[in-house]
Amino acid sequence: MHSKTIAELADGLMKGDFSSEELTQNFLKRVKKFDPELNSFITISEEHAIAQAKAADEMISKGNATALTGIPFAQKDIFCTNGVKTTCGSKMLDNFIAPYDATVIHNFNQAGSVMLGKTNMDEFAMGSSNETSFYGSVKNPWDTSTVPGGSSGGSAAAVAARLVPASTGTDTGGSIRQPAALCGITGLKPTYGRVSRYGMIAFASSLDQAGTFTQTAEDAALMLNVMAGFDEKDSTSAEQSVPDYSANLKQDLKGLKIGLPKEYFNEGLNSDVAKVVEEAINEYKKMGAEIIDISLPNSHLSVPAYYVIAPAECSSNLSRFDGVRFGYRCDDPKDLEDLYKRSRGEGFGEEVKRRIMIGAYALSAGYYDAYYLKAQKIRRLISDDFTQAFKQVDVIMGPTSPEVAFKAGEKSNDPVSMYLSDIYTIATNLAGLPGMSVPCGFSNNMPVGLQIIGNHFDESRLLNVAHQYQQTTDWHVQMPEAYK
Amino acid sequence: MSLDKNDVEKIAHLARLSIAEDDIPGYADNLSNILEMVEQMNAVDTDKVSPMAHPHDAFQRLREDVVTEENQREHFQKNAPEVENGLYLVPQVIE
Repeated sequence: MHSKTIAELADGLMKGDFSSEELTQNFLKRVKKFDPELNSFITISEEHAIAQAKAADEMISKGNATALTGIPFAQKDIFCTNGVKTTCGSKMLDNFIAPYDATVIHNFNQAGSVMLGKTNMDEFAMGSSNETSFYGSVKNPWDTSTVPGGSSGGSAAAVAARLVPASTGTDTGGSIRQPAALCGITGLKPTYGRVSRYGMIAFASSLDQAGTFTQTAEDAALMLNVMAGFDEKDSTSAEQSVPDYSANLKQDLKGLKIGLPKEYFNEGLNSDVAKVVEEAINEYKKMGAEIIDISLPNSHLSVPAYYVIAPAECSSNLSRFDGVRFGYRCDDPKDLEDLYKRSRGEGFGEEVKRRIMIGAYALSAGYYDAYYLKAQKIRRLISDDFTQAFKQVDVIMGPTSPEVAFKAGEKSNDPVSMYLSDIYTIATNLAGLPGMSVPCGFSNNMPVGLQIIGNHFDESRLLNVAHQYQQTTDWHVQMPEAYK
Repeated sequence: MSLDKNDVEKIAHLARLSIAEDDIPGYADNLSNILEMVEQMNAVDTDKVSPMAHPHDAFQRLREDVVTEENQREHFQKNAPEVENGLYLVPQVIE
């Protein structure tokens, strides 16, 4: 039962092969069995899940079921869940019980789905290995000595080990696509503004976007159908109509124009990973796609620009954590400044403090033009590169990550080398474009992800392109032996 | 840009972060490395480029100036470290 997709499970629920309660119990059992080692969950909401499953069974018996009714999900612990602890992977929020639901959570609840729990993540989504979490690092189910990627590492590992059929994540610089690649599953980051950010704890507000971890593109479409849409409560939510993302999956790819940016196949790319990605692109050729060499000439500037813009926005967003209204407060503050400084100094971990300081510096008097304004101009150049490219091609493809999952501890003392693991994903966020990572093979027995980037609001095409690949390959159904 | 101990202390103060004395040299190194990486941007002439603040160059959406939220003070204050009579308590600010 645990290796089935959302679509297959929904079918089983409709036919009465099993109830949502049975399904939920089955996955909870797997979580209890395997998660002590993987550490992919911060909170397991068992009672809440069983209550939701019972309600779902009633919806199904009354004929009111939707595509996600009764399906168990795990939610990244960045989404506020009413009455359930919401930590964002931080000591700062270790005592925080969210007083309301994020719109994403509300949408899943409306659909009658079941929340098994909240998944582990890098603290405030700042990290690429899930090693900055206050709740400990997450292990990659393919090799527990390696990292699952980050920041949505718990969500990715849980789906890879089939502890849950699917999960949510957020992607500010690659935090869905990179862990999806490293864990051998399908990850989707929609267009900026496609999914509401309301109740999603903010890291960098002009970059953050919620998305999905699934086994298949078909399942990602089912989830996006529920998650996407305009939301008055998010001032940056896109006022665009939502298509049925499942509708175009079956379209063939004859004549599809695929752009390969030469900058994504340069010397920084591991040669085995390159071979696997090239084979995937050959598969697309066989399906009738046309391959076009393109250039994104400013892509080498995406990591530098990102590490000004994201920290600047984070230093502003995280100023709300002041030890006064919610979250961690230090003991015996001697005055207000001491309360602020020690609550924040003790409540935040090292990487978060580092980024807050970079941001505060980049925004401070005398440095604003040299750093922040400069980065915003570079952002324009990077975005313009994509605009030019999409005049010639329908989608852009390349590797998601320059290498397979690396060893725990390998990069944790060298922030810059950690930042470079998102070298192929960050530009997409700066330009606000949608992107996916799709399993496309293995290197040294570790999964490799193919990245597919689309034009703004072209998620339907991305899902179609990924789905067609999954009809002719079986990389997405591979799972780590120990969890079968 | 290389940051020294004084720079780190100044930035930490601006960001209202207490940093242990022993940790300052580590932050100075890491932050300097990050800034050095960031400064690759300087190689590009951006004089004629307009800054991009939002991926869709969108404007802030406006709405009618009417109350849309109900008062949920007690509910929200359940998460507060210290409250009294509906007020958040902090150390004395005014002598």
